[in-house]
Order: sequence, then C-alpha cells, then structure tokens
Amino acid sequence: MDWTAFRLSLELAAWTTSILIPIGLLVGRWLAYSRFRGRGFVEAAIALPLVLPPTVLGYYLLVSFSTDMPVGQLWQSLTGDGLNFSFAGIVLASIIFNLPFAIQPVQRAFETVPMHLREAAWCSGLSGWRTFWRIELPLVWPGVISAFVLTFVHTIGEFGVVLMVGGAIDGETKTVAIAIYDRVQAFDDEAAGAMSLLLLLVSFVAIAIVYGLAGRRKVVSVR
Amino acid sequence: MSASALVVELQAGRPIPLDVHLQVDSGELLALVGPSGSGKSTVLRAIAGLHRTRTGFVRCGAETWLCTQRGIRLRPQQRRVGLVFQDYALFPHLSALDNLVLAIDSGSLRWRREQARELLARVRLEGLEDRLPRQLSGGQQQRVAVARALARGPRVLLLDEPFSAVDMMTRERLQRELALLRRSIRIPIILVTHDLQEAVRLADRICVLHNGRSLQTGTPDTLFRQPASPHVARLLGRHNVFTGSVVRADGAERLAWGALRLELEKPTHLPHGTTVSWYIPDSDIVLHRRGRPSLGERENPVHGTVAECVPLGAQTSVTLRCRHTDDSLRLNVATHAAQRNGLEPGAEAAVSLLRKGIHIMDTAGPGDG
Repeated sequence: MDWTAFRLSLELAAWTTSILIPIGLLVGRWLAYSRFRGRGFVEAAIALPLVLPPTVLGYYLLVSFSTDMPVGQLWQSLTGDGLNFSFAGIVLASIIFNLPFAIQPVQRAFETVPMHLREAAWCSGLSGWRTFWRIELPLVWPGVISAFVLTFVHTIGEFGVVLMVGGAIDGETKTVAIAIYDRVQAFDDEAAGAMSLLLLLVSFVAIAIVYGLAGRRKVVSVR
Repeated sequence: MSASALVVELQAGRPIPLDVHLQVDSGELLALVGPSGSGKSTVLRAIAGLHRTRTGFVRCGAETWLCTQRGIRLRPQQRRVGLVFQDYALFPHLSALDNLVLAIDSGSLRWRREQARELLARVRLEGLEDRLPRQLSGGQQQRVAVARALARGPRVLLLDEPFSAVDMMTRERLQRELALLRRSIRIPIILVTHDLQEAVRLADRICVLHNGRSLQTGTPDTLFRQPASPHVARLLGRHNVFTGSVVRADGAERLAWGALRLELEKPTHLPHGTTVSWYIPDSDIVLHRRGRPSLGERENPVHGTVAECVPLGAQTSVTLRCRHTDDSLRLNVATHAAQRNGLEPGAEAAVSLLRKGIHIMDTAGPGDG
C-alpha cells in the first residue's frame, strides 16, 4: 500500500475541487441564465474532456505546459518552475479535465430554478447577492454536492492525463491510480489489490451520495 | 399631472408592443382585463421593474420609479411593490413564515418574525407558519403569496391572475378575502385577470387592454353600459352591437336601424345621416310578456322570431331575429320566464329597447377594430 501516493491523490483532489467548485458555480450559473450566440460552442468545449481520450488531452496539456508555450512561460515567469512533471501541473490538468464534472451538474441545477423565484426575491427587496445566497444556492445545493463528489472522485481515479503531464514522480506526481499500475508492472498483486479495493470503495460511496441526492432532488423539486 | 397615487405611462414597440396609460388612487383596485397575450402581465412587470420598456413613466406618490426621459430607472428592489405572481413563486425551501421574514427588510430578526406571524394571521394562516409551500394547499399558498407581497410595506400591490391556479370554490373564498383585505390597505392595487366576472366583483375600475393598448378605463357599470367602441364591447363579451344612422323623424332625432326608427334619450349632436355603431346592454332589453301588455312596451318595440333558445341554468340565452332589420338581438332571460312566455325556436316574440340603454359609440362603422 503506497500511502504517499494515496495522500498525494487526496491533496490533488482537494486542490482541484476547491478551485473548481467556485468556477463551476460561476460558469454553470452563467450558462443556465444567459442566452447568447456561441453558447452551444462554449458548452461543447466544456464537455470535450468527457469524450476526448485522456492521452490526447494529456498530450495537448503536456505541449502547452512546456516552457516554449505561453501557458508554461507564464507559469515559469510567475513561480520560477515549469508546469510539466510538477504537482502544480497535475492540479492545473485536473482542473481542465474536470470542467464538465464541476460545471454540468451545477448548470442543470440552476436551470431548474424558475426565473419567477429570482424575480420574487428582487420584488421582496433582496439584492442580487442576497438572492444568490438565500434563494439560488440552497436550491442548487444538490447540484453543487454532485459536482463536488464527481470532481473529487474523478480526480482521484484519473490515470492517463496525470501520467502524461506529471509522469510518476514519487511524492510529487505519482497518484494512487498510477501507483496501482506501477505495482502491477512490478508483479506486486497484493499492494495493487489493496489500493484498487480502496479506490473501488471510495468511488462507490461517492456515486451513492450523488444518486441519493439525485433521488431526493426529485422530491424537493421546485415548482 | 394628476394627484393619483400611481401613474403609469408605458410605450414600447418590441418585443411586446405597449401603449398604456393608467392612474390608480390609493385604496383603489383597478382590474386589467384583456385576452391572453394582450400585455396585462407585462404591464405589471414593467411597474415592478422586471420588464424594460423603450419609453415609460411610473410615479408612485412622490417617488418617480421610472422616467426614461430623465434617465431614471429604479431597480425592482428600490421600488416598493408587492407582487403576487400567477404561480405564487414562493421560495420552496423556506417555511411560510420565512418566506415572509425574508421580505421584511428592517428590524431585528425577532421583530421581523413577529411581523411575519401577524401578517400570516391576517390572511388566516395561523398554525401553518412552519409548513413548506409544498405542504400547503393551493389556496393557502396564495395567501402566503399575498402576505409576502404585503410584508415589505409596499406602496403598490400588484396581483397577476392570483386566482387562476385554484378551484372554483377556493377562488370565491379567496376573492372574498381580498375584498375584505383591501379595506385595510390604503394603497393602489392592480389586479390582472382574464375573468370579467372577477374584475366586476372586485374592481372599482376596469381597464380593457388589447395588443398592449389600454382601450378604455372606467367603472364596471360604465364599461358595460357605455363601451368606447365596438371593439371594447366585443372584448367585454357584449353581443348587441349594431350599425345604424342618426336621422330626423317625426320632428325628433331617431336612430335608424333597418326599417325601425328608435327613440333616443339624449341628443347625439351628430349631423343627421351619420352612420354610427350602437350598443344596448342586456339589462335594457325588456321582453314583452305574452298576453299581459305593460306600459313600457311602447318604448322602441322590436318584433321578431326566436332563432335560438339555449338554457344555461337559471338563465336562458335567446337569439331574436328581428323583423324589420337584418340583425339579431341576443338577450338573457330567466329560464322560467322563457318557459312561461313560450320562447322556443320559431316562436314570435317582442322586446322593448329602453331609450336610456341605447349607447351610440362612434361614427367609424362596424369595421372598427
């Protein structure tokens, strides 16, 4: 059992979700409430990581993170380090491949909040900000939890993109998913089995939470 | 500029055309009626600040909420309106009490809860404070919505078809409650409805809206007795709208309707020979009783044949094909009276058109619309 890899996976998931949830709320709400030309294009771009092979996404990220490219250069000028094969690099990669998991559930949730409710809040004197906190957020909460759980679990389980961008550096970029692969390559079936079981349990609990919330949402649906 | 508590002037071309002028006094209830798509709800939304119009002016008391000329456009939060939505738009995750507490914008939480409790009691919902909207019946939800609209101490109360989502029994009870409630609130109230009966029951004045234009505003009695145009009469579901001409006969002014020369109550001040549209309300068409002539029968008698006789409960709708004109009169008589007088298709009947009811509308002819 590679506890370092497990701890690294948890850290990666924590960073990714805490950065992505606010992004998911902002973008999901914007997509749910705005009608503009090119909205379909934006939604397609966000959904792309769902259909793209992880190696393809990983390849493009690897290329754009290199210090010859603007993103890599910018990061280097800010921090002095490169993005590839670093923890920061796999956090950024995780944020990008988790965009659909963080945005889509929140967007669907905002779409179920009728315009009338927001207008009723405004007419009751609530500012835009208070309307968001007191009316919108409590109603989209199940969607936010879904986004959180899906992003967290998906980050822990991601293999291809992380391997492409991060390699498998112990304590820096070797996550538990990569450690399992590593153990299998080394014929260490026991460790691979233990870590696989752990991931299986974590994933099952997470998905159960999401389905549980989805079921409850039907009951408390907004008229 | 009048001293009305609420003055509304709205003009817009797109996407929803509007040309509306309204004035409502404190404590007055104005009903906006019109077919669906006539812009009724849009007017309310514009007053509340939820709909932008190209040009407009909304003044409430001394406060100007909207004046496009001077660039004033207050946000909904800055206008003190109480708006009851058609579907009530109650916050589904908050209890009835908290729906109100949220709308009371000043004071300690304890005081606001106290206020909310009092308001709920005023709409007879004591004991249901902690229920979520989905745990309340349609009628109870509507009362919460009314109480929430009042919670902020509004300067104007706007009701958007507030009775359309409840069954008939509940509707009548809620209408009665609104009639009682409005005695205690001295602010302008605008009620949007497509139900004329509802408007007549509740409103001091009615404004008829069509395609975003306010066509006529007046008391229910004025509207039903003196519609401004054949179009308004049709929108109000009135039937007896005809074309005639003003003539001089027997030394007096008469309304020529086919071969008939009808007496008029007041001079029209129109040049003789003018073609006019005219209207007579049901209440001023008096059926002649068979075999029992009365004095009133000498007033504008019209003879004809019953073309249709449709009993609708206590009332029967009778269509009389008139003998001396090409038109038909439609009148409602008590079903027992229809039976007693032998009104059935093909039967001969006579009515009097009372002078005071004949209303000359305009000189535009029947095609006005």
